[in-house]
Amino acid sequence: MIFTIAIQEFKSHFKTPLAWVLFAVLQIILSYLYLTQVETFDLMQDKLVGIEGAPGLTDIIVTPLFSNAAIILLLVTPLLTMRVISEERRNKTLPLLLAAPLSDTDIILGKYLGTLALLWLIVIIIALMPLSLLLGGDLDMGKYLANVLAITLLVGAFTSTGLFMSTLVDHPTVAAIGTFGILLILWLFNISKTMSDQPNELLEYLSLLNHFQNIQTGLLSTNDILYFILFVTFFIVLSIYCLANHRSQK
Amino acid sequence: MSTLIEVEHLTRYFGKILAVDNINFNVKKGEVLGFLGINGAGKTTTMQMLSGCLAPSLGSIKINGFDILREPLLAKRSIGYLPDTPPLYKDLSVKEFLFYCAHLHAIPKSDINLALDIVLTRCGLTSVTNRLIAHLSKGFQQRIGIAQAIIHNPDVIILDEPTVGLDPLQIIEIRELIRELRQDHAVILSTHILSEVHETCTHLQIINQGKLIAKERVDSITQSINESSLIIKTAFPIDAESILSIKGVRNLEVLSNNQFKINFKLTQDPTQQISETIINKGWGLIEMSPSKQNIETLFMALTKANNNS
Repeated sequence: MIFTIAIQEFKSHFKTPLAWVLFAVLQIILSYLYLTQVETFDLMQDKLVGIEGAPGLTDIIVTPLFSNAAIILLLVTPLLTMRVISEERRNKTLPLLLAAPLSDTDIILGKYLGTLALLWLIVIIIALMPLSLLLGGDLDMGKYLANVLAITLLVGAFTSTGLFMSTLVDHPTVAAIGTFGILLILWLFNISKTMSDQPNELLEYLSLLNHFQNIQTGLLSTNDILYFILFVTFFIVLSIYCLANHRSQK
Repeated sequence: MSTLIEVEHLTRYFGKILAVDNINFNVKKGEVLGFLGINGAGKTTTMQMLSGCLAPSLGSIKINGFDILREPLLAKRSIGYLPDTPPLYKDLSVKEFLFYCAHLHAIPKSDINLALDIVLTRCGLTSVTNRLIAHLSKGFQQRIGIAQAIIHNPDVIILDEPTVGLDPLQIIEIRELIRELRQDHAVILSTHILSEVHETCTHLQIINQGKLIAKERVDSITQSINESSLIIKTAFPIDAESILSIKGVRNLEVLSNNQFKINFKLTQDPTQQISETIINKGWGLIEMSPSKQNIETLFMALTKANNNS
């Protein structure tokens, strides 16, 4: 039942030009950034040869590409998630799901997975780009896969936040702004690290960027993975609660 | 006959506003219950609660024996619901949409195509199967809404104003459909078109300011008032005295030239004598129709009395 909703949700993104336009725009921006990185490497190559333990192809091209992609996805995800529930409520199509033999959990998980599938499709497209380097060089596959994992988890976190905001408010635009606000704050929490000598440990733990960068380095720790799992679970549970609450509106 | 809907002490507040006030009723298989009420009387709120889209503040709803709050999934298996705005994904085609609905209601894969064919024929959608819902007229969209509610052959069908936006021909078709569905389902429909209740419903329920003020069998309403009327049109002027002398006739109102209304007691139905008299006297009977204002009379009387008290 969850998958029925998920598949429908995934398809629905392609019924409007939104998904197609996003794909095109993302592809243009990211390939431009990717090519700039390749050129940077090309220029630095001569100097790097002489240095021992110098950063390699993966460090100079792959890691920055995924970091840039993360920032761009932070901007894009709210646009994709904003209408998931709120538009159904505005168009009064939500009773179709509410009156069907489905639990609130089914509805939320279905919607989540459907939207996540779309974002993972974007991740796949991003992840394919660096593979073209294999034609003329060697990639540190471990680090490459760590980067892919990092962005996959990150997108999962972004989507759960967007879904929650979409469940909470009736207006898609408000949901988008809300999501963007939450994500940006969580992203910037670790700015305290660079600004003061005594960083706040709690804020640093909450920072999305911190955990994302940790995984990107290739050092997998359960701490970071657990952070993302908790993050997603927290917002999914809130969404389910919120949908149930909608039914008993005062 | 089995009771499919049991509603007890159903109450719903929106903030301090009491929208539905302690309603009790049952609907059995084979019954069509018409929900009547002026705008804002609480019809839609009641229907939303019956379908599980809105939780009641107090009271219980049992669908096919399952409590909608305690066992929502089992209860909802027996419900087909058409809200006041049909819930349609407008960027899908009719077939895609109904296919999705079939999946949502867990119709086994092997039966889906059959269920789809039946519902498309029943609701007269075969000519628009592959068109986008957004491009169809309001009447077709309403029919897709009904199709969506009956595709899984539910025991209980809840229709919130099913004939809104339909043309007269389509209204007749939908009434036929509801009469057909009545055989092995329980149907609840809300409306504010009084004649519709007369045409399709077996039972009638009037709701006013959240309170249930009447529940009657439709065929017994006329009896309970014990008064009915005929509208008669003739080619030539008539003699009122000879009509009034017929047993059972209470009075005669002249509506216009050669058109008049006769009120009579139902216990002594004089219709036959009246027609015979007119024909025998050679007044040229053009039209003779029973007036369907009984429900209207009842409705007006009850809502007014209730509002004044």
